[in-house]
Amino acid sequence: MHIGNIITDPGNASFRRTGDWRTEKPVLDKEMCVRCALCWIDCPDGAIRPCDDGYYEADLHYCKGCGICARICPAGAILMEEEGEQ
Amino acid sequence: MKTQEAKRKSVKFADGEVTTTEFLAEGHNFCTGCGESLGIRMALKALGENVIAVNATGCAEVCTTPLPYTSWRIPWIHTLFENVGAVVSGVEVGLKILVSKGRIEDRGIKCVAMGGDGATSDIGLQALSGAFERGHDFLYICWDNEAYMNTGIQRSSATPYGAATTTAPAGKQSIGQITRKKNMPAIAAAHDIPYVATASPSYRMDLMKKIKKGAETEGPAYVHVLVPCPTGWRHGGEVTIELGKLAVQTGIFPLYEIENGRYKLNADPPELKPVKEYLKMQGRYRHLSDADIEKIQAMVNADYARLKEKVAASSASS
Amino acid sequence: MSKRVALEASHAVAEAARMANVDVISAYPITPQTHIPERLAEMVADGELNAAYIPVESEHSAMSACLGAAAIGARTFTATAGPGLEYMHNVLYVAPSMRLPVVMTVANRALSAPISIWGDHSDVMAVRDTGWIQVFCQNSQEAFDLTIWAFRVGEDRSVLFPVMVHLDGFTLSHVVEPMFLPGQADVDRFLPRFQYPYPLDPDRPMTHGALGPPDIYSEAKLAQEMALQESRNVILQAWKEFEDVFGRRYSPVEEYRTEGAETLLLAMGSYTETAKIVIDQRRDHGEAIGLISIRLWRPFPYEELRRAVKGAGRLIVFDRCISFGMGGPVFSEVRSALYDEDRRPKVVGFVGGLGGRDVPEKEFGYLIDRGKEVADRGSDRMMETVGIR
Repeated sequence: MHIGNIITDPGNASFRRTGDWRTEKPVLDKEMCVRCALCWIDCPDGAIRPCDDGYYEADLHYCKGCGICARICPAGAILMEEEGEQ
Repeated sequence: MKTQEAKRKSVKFADGEVTTTEFLAEGHNFCTGCGESLGIRMALKALGENVIAVNATGCAEVCTTPLPYTSWRIPWIHTLFENVGAVVSGVEVGLKILVSKGRIEDRGIKCVAMGGDGATSDIGLQALSGAFERGHDFLYICWDNEAYMNTGIQRSSATPYGAATTTAPAGKQSIGQITRKKNMPAIAAAHDIPYVATASPSYRMDLMKKIKKGAETEGPAYVHVLVPCPTGWRHGGEVTIELGKLAVQTGIFPLYEIENGRYKLNADPPELKPVKEYLKMQGRYRHLSDADIEKIQAMVNADYARLKEKVAASSASS
Repeated sequence: MSKRVALEASHAVAEAARMANVDVISAYPITPQTHIPERLAEMVADGELNAAYIPVESEHSAMSACLGAAAIGARTFTATAGPGLEYMHNVLYVAPSMRLPVVMTVANRALSAPISIWGDHSDVMAVRDTGWIQVFCQNSQEAFDLTIWAFRVGEDRSVLFPVMVHLDGFTLSHVVEPMFLPGQADVDRFLPRFQYPYPLDPDRPMTHGALGPPDIYSEAKLAQEMALQESRNVILQAWKEFEDVFGRRYSPVEEYRTEGAETLLLAMGSYTETAKIVIDQRRDHGEAIGLISIRLWRPFPYEELRRAVKGAGRLIVFDRCISFGMGGPVFSEVRSALYDEDRRPKVVGFVGGLGGRDVPEKEFGYLIDRGKEVADRGSDRMMETVGIR
């Protein structure tokens, strides 16, 4: 433990897999996606990442499955599926 | 799925560009769909790395720093619930004097203080008022989820009329909150500070623009952000953005700025949506009768009209 | 080169803060501390002191702003008294547990009710447990010296704890006394520049003040206590260095004419000087009596106290505070500290000097006589008092 309980490793919370909280996960249909990036900016957990191909996908290590992305997607390209579904 | 590093430095939107850097690391304990975590994430993108954050006790502090983990990728200090205004004053003055005495370089570091509605309009109001009055150069962001959410949804002075909380519950003899929401932006403006604004994560670019503007203001700046709380307002996490939009579109939480005392409305829809649409989406209002809702509608209409008068007076005197 | 001056203790404290080149002063005025922030504000306004003065709106904010300033790496000072100390009570615990060095002068004042602006130790006793290093002053010289010393100790890299310097309200804070003011060069030699090792800095982002869940909190607090106990080393070392530079020696427990003493009186703060006069008178009459005074209040000076009272048959402790429901606080701490000693004096406690009530020589005389009586034959009183009707 650091003196004064100061945490010296910025952002080390990323070791915590909050994806374990999830009961539903977002599934992206790239055909419908218009790459508007609204899902990326509106994710409270910053779990949606900009990918090299220009699309935006959820990092399931962290995604809590809130469903905001599916709800606000203007193209209906994101659907929430129950965890465990194929 | 493997985490992919963002190669792109920013994402372009129609009305602005947003950095891909995440100053609020994932892995925090905010509830699923939390409006405050979204607001903070956006605000930090607008602020950049050259800041020092001073945080009150509350949802943000508890969810982002469970020892030994922290979500903050900026320098950050939390001490108590009720003293953010004073702590940030000390940081700001300390920075200034050390620069003036030649002990550190002047890097233009901005002090940003953050607190919930409890820390801002209740227990920390005195300290904040003092900081405003002394004219410290800092931005204060109030994350308003309209109750003491972190400790279990107890009422605050920011809880709106008719909302149920655990210390002002709706019951056979009570409508829940019997008082009106304290007008914090007006209180901030009454200190004659140069910049006051209201904002919502549902209006992303507007929020980030206002945060930036507040940070660039010399002197005290105050941005009041309404952040829906699925746990306390009792709604699904997925409708957080929708609900925030309705708060604005019904006139319950108008988006405006007060620059050097002059009011400016950022969004003035030709017709306000009925408050019922907003209220019926939240469990904290489910006990309200039609008569109650009418009463609230009348209050909102009156408040909105008063705000528009201030806006008109401001533009008339320009 | 030091020069002999006459300074009100409050002004001596302000002068010490000035010579220490303090960076941030964040203070709220409260009787009887007011002369300290006033003098400092004057110094800043006249350019005599290059510091930032934050005229905060309460004591709670005074200490809170100190936390922020210390966390940025500024040398930070404040002062308060009585109810002001209590108003910042919540914040007091945070400074040591976050290892933020701040130096604070407390002009000891009674706590309400009834409201009293006059001196006693109830404010000190209310903050015993906060984790600050605490020392008591008897006169203006000590007020000056211990303020300079406090910066040296608190800011030491191996300490990093805040320090409280106690002076009796009015009977010391407002008293003009002759003292030696050292030269700036000597102060600079003794007191290095403050280099806080973990400042808030965008280049090295750190999180200060995180949440401590149950599986971490206990260890954090134990670590804090161990660090406070270990700070003794620097406390003593700094007093040795102080003597080397300034020629005045301080120790955790002052012993006054204790050689061969059968009876010892224990007093703290400025009333100790009155007590010393009585000790002198008694010694002149051949009585084997001496006095000890606790200067280092926290961390508690177990070693020095036990050594000082060895050989005495009676120890009469004079408290200037009632710990309600329990009695004299210093009395109970001292008695507890001596409990395990093979040979220990009979300890009796007296309460007096509350709310500015003077304890003149005659009353100290009574205290000694009655104290001996109680030590030898016991007492049926709930609490022994001196100077209370």
